[in-house]
Amino acid sequence: MDPRVAIIEQRLASIKKIIAVAAGKGGVGKSTVATGLALVLSELGHKVGLLDLDFYGPSTHVILGGLEGVQPREDHGIVPPKVHGIEFISIVYYAGENPAPLRGPDLTNALIELLAITRWGDLDFLVVDMPPGLGDTTLDAIRFLKDPHFLVVTTPSRVAQETVKKLVMLLRQVGLPLVGLVENMRRLSDKGQRFSDVRFLGELPFDEGLEGALGAPGRFLQTEFAQRLREIVTVSLQAL
Amino acid sequence: MHEWALAEAVVATAKKAAHNKQMREVREIAVKLGELQQIEREIFEFALQQILRQEEPLVRQAKVSLEIERAQFQCRACGWEWAFTAEQLSQEISEAIHFIPEIAHTYIRCPQCHSPDFDVVKGRGVWLASLKGVQ
Repeated sequence: MDPRVAIIEQRLASIKKIIAVAAGKGGVGKSTVATGLALVLSELGHKVGLLDLDFYGPSTHVILGGLEGVQPREDHGIVPPKVHGIEFISIVYYAGENPAPLRGPDLTNALIELLAITRWGDLDFLVVDMPPGLGDTTLDAIRFLKDPHFLVVTTPSRVAQETVKKLVMLLRQVGLPLVGLVENMRRLSDKGQRFSDVRFLGELPFDEGLEGALGAPGRFLQTEFAQRLREIVTVSLQAL
Repeated sequence: MHEWALAEAVVATAKKAAHNKQMREVREIAVKLGELQQIEREIFEFALQQILRQEEPLVRQAKVSLEIERAQFQCRACGWEWAFTAEQLSQEISEAIHFIPEIAHTYIRCPQCHSPDFDVVKGRGVWLASLKGVQ
């Protein structure tokens, strides 16, 4: 018997709400939305954790910044370090900047291990940056995370919206709560039809200033992107 | 310590399994320790004993038996089989694999063809092998 699964519920018991930020495909800015969400919720006074489950392409640490010399503390498991006030866990603590070429069962094992040994503090929100697509880690997160609320990220592109439809269908089929949809990278010129089947939380602009704010939360929170995200959080997410 | 987290997981699983099997008392918990995870046996055993002592009567008196399982790899690309040896790894890499054994795929390569695409055939981590008790 795998002993780790039985302890996961206990490890997540100190978390009030889990928000899983997901997208049907990569490249829509899911990690930026997830990290921004964590920063905005923290700025609003909530106790927040951020868990990067994108094992192939972890990037929330780049957006968050401030990880030089930071490692989880070992104490009856691992205690997430606070990075800019956010309890942060990512595979980069262990893989560094190297690739983690994992097959499906290895992804599952790595996810279970992280969930079984991480001792989160008392959190109002744990924001989870989900991997793109509907593969092993997404299915495992659905299986192991405690009542995750899914926030789906898309772009105005029909390509992104086509894959989002499939993700939304899957989430509905397994009966998981869908917080709503955020449309990222919207330009003024975009006039495409919006995906209309899901509660629309708002649009996030294609913000030229975002790249220069990566790794600097102070600057990040002053971007137009963060301002729009703040509005979405205030209206739709704080009351979850 | 990380061993405590895994010892807690073993006890939680043993209790759940004992309840499912309608055991009245668990007498022995047998655990395999996969070599790849490099668990400190003494710390893990001590943690198990301390946790069990504070548990419900169902498992409080259970004896613990530990068996180290050698870690064995097989390359998916060329089929080569080889045994894990921690000695060649730096302390930093050993620790990373200790926390998440799958990180082996980041740092270890097939000695024959250098592929990172290998199976951990056995000896990955902590495994609850069996429970003995009375019903």
